[in-house]
Amino acid sequence: MRAALEAALPRVVLIEGPPEADPLIPLAADEEMRPPVALLAHAVDEPGRSAFWPLAEFSPEWVALRWALDHDVPARFIDLPATHTLAWSGAAAGCGDEAAEEPVPGAGGEEPPPRADVRVDPLAVLAGTAGYDDPERWWEDVVEHRGAGAGDPFASFAALEEAMGSLREVYGGGGQDRDLVREAYMRLQVRAAQREFGGGVAVVCGAWHVPALRRKATVAADRAMLKGLPKVRTDVTWVPWTYRRLARAGGYGAGVDSPGWYGHLFAAPDRPVERWLTKVAGLLRDEGRTVSPAHVIEAVRLADTLAALRGRPLPGLGETTDAVRAVMCDGSDVSLALVHDRLVVGDALGEVPPSAPAVPLQRDLTRLQRRLRLKPEAPERELELDLRKETDAGRSRLLHRLRLLDVPWGEPAVSRGSTGTFRETWRLRWEPELAVRVAEAGGWGTTVLGAAGAKAEADAVAARSLAEVTALAEHCLLAGLPDALPTVMRILADRAALDTDVGHLAQALPALVRSLRYGDVRGTDTGALAEVAAGLAERVFVGLPPACTALDADAAEEMRHHLDAVHRAVGLLGGTPAPAHGGLRGRWQAVLGVLSARDSVPGVIRGRSARLLLDDGALDQEEAARLMGLALSPGTPPGDAAAWIEGFVGGGAGGMLLVHDERLLGLVDGWLTRVPAETFTDVLPLLRRTFSAYEPGVRRTLGELVRRGPGARGSVAGTGAGLPGFAPDPDTERADAVLPVVRLLLGLDGDGGPAGFEDNRPVGVGT
Amino acid sequence: MSVSKEPTSVRPTASEPLRPHAEDAFADELAALAAQDDRPRPARWKLSPWAVATYLLGGTLPDGTVITPKYVGPRRLVEVAVTTLATDRALLLLGVPGTAKTWVSEHLAAAVSGDSTLLVQGTAGTPEEAIRYGWNYAQLLAHGPSRDALVPSPVMRAMAEGMTARVEELTRIPADVQDTLITILSEKTLPVPELGQEVQAVRGFNLIATANDRDRGVNDLSSALRRRFNTVVLPLPETVEAEVDIVSRRVDQIGRSLDLPAAPDGIDEIRRVVTVFRELRDGVTADGRTKVKSPSGTLSTAEAISVVTNGLALAAHFGDGVLRPGDVAAGLLGAVVRDPAADRVVWQEYLEAVVRERDGWTDFYRACREVSA
Repeated sequence: MRAALEAALPRVVLIEGPPEADPLIPLAADEEMRPPVALLAHAVDEPGRSAFWPLAEFSPEWVALRWALDHDVPARFIDLPATHTLAWSGAAAGCGDEAAEEPVPGAGGEEPPPRADVRVDPLAVLAGTAGYDDPERWWEDVVEHRGAGAGDPFASFAALEEAMGSLREVYGGGGQDRDLVREAYMRLQVRAAQREFGGGVAVVCGAWHVPALRRKATVAADRAMLKGLPKVRTDVTWVPWTYRRLARAGGYGAGVDSPGWYGHLFAAPDRPVERWLTKVAGLLRDEGRTVSPAHVIEAVRLADTLAALRGRPLPGLGETTDAVRAVMCDGSDVSLALVHDRLVVGDALGEVPPSAPAVPLQRDLTRLQRRLRLKPEAPERELELDLRKETDAGRSRLLHRLRLLDVPWGEPAVSRGSTGTFRETWRLRWEPELAVRVAEAGGWGTTVLGAAGAKAEADAVAARSLAEVTALAEHCLLAGLPDALPTVMRILADRAALDTDVGHLAQALPALVRSLRYGDVRGTDTGALAEVAAGLAERVFVGLPPACTALDADAAEEMRHHLDAVHRAVGLLGGTPAPAHGGLRGRWQAVLGVLSARDSVPGVIRGRSARLLLDDGALDQEEAARLMGLALSPGTPPGDAAAWIEGFVGGGAGGMLLVHDERLLGLVDGWLTRVPAETFTDVLPLLRRTFSAYEPGVRRTLGELVRRGPGARGSVAGTGAGLPGFAPDPDTERADAVLPVVRLLLGLDGDGGPAGFEDNRPVGVGT
Repeated sequence: MSVSKEPTSVRPTASEPLRPHAEDAFADELAALAAQDDRPRPARWKLSPWAVATYLLGGTLPDGTVITPKYVGPRRLVEVAVTTLATDRALLLLGVPGTAKTWVSEHLAAAVSGDSTLLVQGTAGTPEEAIRYGWNYAQLLAHGPSRDALVPSPVMRAMAEGMTARVEELTRIPADVQDTLITILSEKTLPVPELGQEVQAVRGFNLIATANDRDRGVNDLSSALRRRFNTVVLPLPETVEAEVDIVSRRVDQIGRSLDLPAAPDGIDEIRRVVTVFRELRDGVTADGRTKVKSPSGTLSTAEAISVVTNGLALAAHFGDGVLRPGDVAAGLLGAVVRDPAADRVVWQEYLEAVVRERDGWTDFYRACREVSA
């Protein structure tokens, strides 16, 4: 391209791009400007509506731009102004079809010079033309075959133009009516430039447009075409870009599959294949694979021979990739994926000088701050939000989104008054460097919503642990990012499916279920979330029994916490109305049943499972007593039995169970008296820990019960029976006096109530 | 080299062989290709690389001769394989059972050298003599060491005559025997120290090895040997339809030779088995929405065939003659759960997370639950 311009020496360079960016062209010469960068045009009032013109250092537009700047030749963008393209509904129309690029001699009649070496020609870069399966191959075949064979430098251009011309004949406008308008505008601009500079005009544009630009159309017709175009106020700026985003298919349409490869071709002075394969070998070596120079030699030979077999003059990316796979990667696609990711696509990140105009994200933020009446203030202040109110919910979402974008304007604080899920407390403090953070975040998108969504998706992809993704999902819900949620959910489901550690899964589940509940409060659609949560629960169910065997005391204790967390989560999940998990609770109980009965499971987990089943009513008292008897039978090592007790009656509410069920207490008591003296000291700390967690009252009652001994059973029962200050038997008359109030509290009707009520009286009454 | 005149394969003359060699079975196609082929041929190649690729992938020649496709799969792989042979690097074909490694290697040898019989079958008991040379001990004792007493291996003969040698199941050969290939592949010579001579490879010599990379109990290739090979991994069938097709065709053939009655509605079960195999192998469900863990087994197409055949036998002898979910469930469990601890979790997770939810799979789910419990 540069060579072409050097030889043609045009008086003005016209480039396909938004003319609003003309004042920004000098910035391209800035020291700190480093491609890949993109021209960003966006509507002033609506930053979400925007279009990008990405440029890499090998893009013909960029080369032309730099050449023009270096030679003091005026450069201009001649595409339809972004004012109009943006006004057309949403789609990024400005760059829909950056196809194969080529310099076109202006009608003034400059012949394009022969290109020295087609392979390193950046024009080969953007050979993605509508209608071809393998545009790159097609491009290389057309350009290289014709160019090399006929010796006529003009052949390849002509061929391309011819191809495009016939394509356009077949497809007409290709369904893109806007192209016609754009081309009309371009024609006008070319003509204006010709008038102004007289002759030497070079146009850099998509090959798609070439036939249209050459076509003779009257000025009047073109003007008519441009009449009455909608307009919006727009702003243009440079933003940093990455190779990865250049490679991203879809989105802005100007996708280049392998920017790294083309960047290499552009930068390599000679022997591009050899240099490329050496680069690959270096990368693989850094990753710890043994790749010797002999490998590189063989890979080059294979690539050359492959190219010959396929009838191509020189190895392209396909041949080199095949050679790398067969010779250096042992046929494996895993290490090849690394090569593709690091080299073919590449990591290059562009830079933009600070003098470039402000990013639209800042504008969007200012607009939101105004709308939500949330001023950025330096002094710290607390903000109470009631999420049921529209404005407050909006504020909360904004703050959450900013946190996702690493702009910590507000920090969530613990609510003082209410603990309801519809309240939030924030501590706000705007610091000057936050503006810099906002500018940095500008690369993610043009609106706070869009940027936060893009960032969340990227974070999800980069997240290492399952818990991170779950936290992110929760965050997405809080920040109201429904667009990012599917991606996060997909990654969450994938991670969950591949994570073999049940602990991780069990950790992730509660947060997920919590998010489900928050989602309800905020009125977001949580269907997908419920789906994932149910899937996660299933995996926990399957994985838990094998994971609970052969654990030491600490691991068992940790697993017990997981068990509790999962139990709570399943309880919550069972309440959500989703079709997939009807029998979730039933299956969880089956898992607990398996756990409580399996001998290889540590005592604490077995005890806990039995307890959870008992609490759920899935295990009757008889069965619980049988399990306890088994666990505490003389054959069991005392340490194990003590762990079982810890699991079964541990935790605050466990004491009440013993207080109420004398038989269980009797079993514990009987076991304890059987513990031999030498092991008693081993068991003691565990038991102490178990029982010291109880409320003092419960402890005292237990003590009383035990002191009375098993002989007293039957004559005395009931909770408060032996407490000092109380009569040994309940005073039924006084108890009856309470009944009306109790009935009122329970919402029972007066008629027919008392009879049923009598039966439900506390156990003590009947005896 | 008088010994080399010995017949290398005992070809039944009176009756048709059970399975003719590739170069015999497709002799007319090879001849047509050779006649039409005007592209440059490497030394001692019967066809040009381009024609070899056409022979494998199929096509129509200018004179209208139709070449049947021998290998259905990515063109890229065949091109890399043929090119490798042309660059005098050895070719290693990797893949799980049932990916046509041996088939491809036989046809490559037939097309390149016109002879696919220079074959070393790799087993745990393959000795060095099978790769280098052995001795005719009667000769050796009678006349002392001489070229006449030498019994060349297929590899040695291929070197001397500039042909393509084949090594099957390279990874089954003990590691120390494998290493005898290193000198042959890098120096292209085979020294015979007993005679103070060496056999130098003639241009056109090359070697195709096949190996199964996911089997257990095999000898890994040393990196020294691996460096001397270009590796081509032959993939499993790309679509469910292709795989179902392969499985049902093979099952039909096997079933006929075992005199099993043909199952009328078996295709549904075959599709299910293939789907389960593919999903577990790929680690993702067919709709691409849910990831699943992959078990430790290879889950090759060959195993799917054996699961279905087994199920057919069960149905024929102990069932009502119709292939039902219960008939394949046990075989499926056996194929998937190779490691009792880890694979069982994988299998149950798959059953609960994927199979249970699937429409029309309820009976299959039940049958699997029954045998897994």
